[in-house]
Amino acid sequence: MAAHNLKHALFCAIITLIIAYPILGFNLVASGTNIILEGATTQTVISVLLAAVVVFLFQLFRDNIMALLGKAPALNPLANRQPMEQSRRLKLESTILTLIIIGALIWPFFVSRGSVDLATLVLIYIMLALGLNVVVGLAGLLDLGYVAFYAVGAYTFALLSQYYGVSFWFALPIGALLAATFGLVLGFPVLRLRGDYLAIVTLGFGEIIRILLNNMTSLTGGPNGIGGIPDPTLFGMEFGRRVKEEGNTSFHETFGIAYSSEHKIIFLYLIALVLAVITALVIRRLMRMPVGRAWEALREDEIAARSLGLSRTSVKLSAFTIGAFFAGFAGTVFASKQGFISPESFVFLESAIVLAIVVLGGMGSQLGVILAAIAVTILPELAREFSEYRMLIFGAAMVLMMVWRPQGLMPMRRIHIELEKQE
Amino acid sequence: MSMLVLEDVHTHYGKIEALHGVSVEVKKGEIVSLIGANGAGKTTLLMTVCGNPQATSGRIILQGRDITREPTATIMRSGISIVPEGRRVFSGLTVEENLHMGGFFNTKAEIRKSQDHVYELFPRLKEREQQRAGTMSGGEQQMLAIGRALMSKPNMIILDEPSLGLAPLVIKQIFEIIGHLREEGITVFLVEQNAHQALNLADRGYVLETGRIRLHDTGKNLLANPDVQNAYLGG
Repeated sequence: MAAHNLKHALFCAIITLIIAYPILGFNLVASGTNIILEGATTQTVISVLLAAVVVFLFQLFRDNIMALLGKAPALNPLANRQPMEQSRRLKLESTILTLIIIGALIWPFFVSRGSVDLATLVLIYIMLALGLNVVVGLAGLLDLGYVAFYAVGAYTFALLSQYYGVSFWFALPIGALLAATFGLVLGFPVLRLRGDYLAIVTLGFGEIIRILLNNMTSLTGGPNGIGGIPDPTLFGMEFGRRVKEEGNTSFHETFGIAYSSEHKIIFLYLIALVLAVITALVIRRLMRMPVGRAWEALREDEIAARSLGLSRTSVKLSAFTIGAFFAGFAGTVFASKQGFISPESFVFLESAIVLAIVVLGGMGSQLGVILAAIAVTILPELAREFSEYRMLIFGAAMVLMMVWRPQGLMPMRRIHIELEKQE
Repeated sequence: MSMLVLEDVHTHYGKIEALHGVSVEVKKGEIVSLIGANGAGKTTLLMTVCGNPQATSGRIILQGRDITREPTATIMRSGISIVPEGRRVFSGLTVEENLHMGGFFNTKAEIRKSQDHVYELFPRLKEREQQRAGTMSGGEQQMLAIGRALMSKPNMIILDEPSLGLAPLVIKQIFEIIGHLREEGITVFLVEQNAHQALNLADRGYVLETGRIRLHDTGKNLLANPDVQNAYLGG
């Protein structure tokens, strides 16, 4: 119990007071020569002070308390747990995953419209993050302009529907393929670059696309964006109250149910869910294929990988292209969900958020990235009550996260490749 | 029958010429050593063979095929393997995965066979099969680097300073393995600063000095050569 502990405890208590100030919405107001604390009853002030005292005492006697807790075996369920067998673990994992997907399929029918809408956004971010995970997490290429491919996907659908009346289902593959083409085109000049240089060039590319969309007013409508993007249809059934396109029927009339605007929201959610699952499965498959191992080898040691006859060009380009493909996927869904897009939606911050998701989740780890996508999208919504301190809390949570687990939520577990034993 | 021939090869880094017309020949089944001081251009010579950087003039012929202008990836899939300087194993991958990367372009059955063969040569690697390569000792990593190079079943293997930073006992082991490779019919091109052991093992040797071949003789003669003794064998 040295002076060090006392200092630390004092520090923590003061931090508690400081944090309480914004979170509880206190306000210091200058009145004349005095400063008055506003927005707090005596009761809250007392409880804040009490909390500070509790923090102080806990930090002061932390070692003793933790030692006591450690002695109680019931409190630590992980103490004598055996590592699970490989086969059992895989089985458990797939069962849990199936249950989660089934749950996600049923879930929207029981919750509010807002939650389903938010969940759709989460799924879009999951698609984006899984795609970027290939580029950054697996191939180790730092891409700061990822949002450009997202924009390409979204604008492809918006423009195609505006000028040619193309439906969502046709635009989906076209948008993804066009985004992939852009990935390929960007990939060529940046092949020789690594690390910081690559980051700067991709950052520039992201901005170029956004500024282009902003300034090609005659084609894209510039900052006014493009509106009236159609919703997806289900086998020619529309989800609006009235049928917009000839030859289509409306969903509620076909099934003889009352019209509800929720049908559309849920349908979009289900589309996003299916696409996100497809994205995850395809990338998971790719990771186990030779190309996945080549990405990792190139990330680990470029010279060694090349000495084994791997072509730097094709390995890097494949990562870029596949990453961009899924961003295009996500972009198309996004355009359909919003019904209106403008260059505003594709600013650098979006790239940064997707990158943050990948890093927070643990580079290369799919499950980690999915969890991080959920956390990063939902956290700012949950923190809405803190109004202007919302982003402050979001930022603090990210900093804490990186200090606590620098390798991410769920660091990538290397996939083991089994060869068949010879008879 | 020549395995690898370099004819009057010049290599530049930007404007600076690093190799001033080097001619080297490695015959099939031979062990040829290339010795030289720091900065003589040994690694540059190897890198030129691999096409990174490409030779600015001269010809490089591998098994009768001119590879001077071919890209690295094509050259490295033509029956030649390199153990790069400083080992360069994939430290985050396990020993087994490292080996599999070595046989990247082979079928699974071939990989399985080469893997067993590598484990025969280096029983230590078998013990460490599931260990991450980065956590192994320098000697083990060097064995892994050699094993990985053997996975593609090369006709010729190039080793760049395999003894770098290793204990004398481990160096001895590595050189024994290199000798064993010759018995298997693999041609070896060895680049070393450890001139004594390299020349002892080699059929023939070249001495490279500031980008030029200074001497060329059988390994034994070079060992006995007073100039070589003075410059590389400590007198």
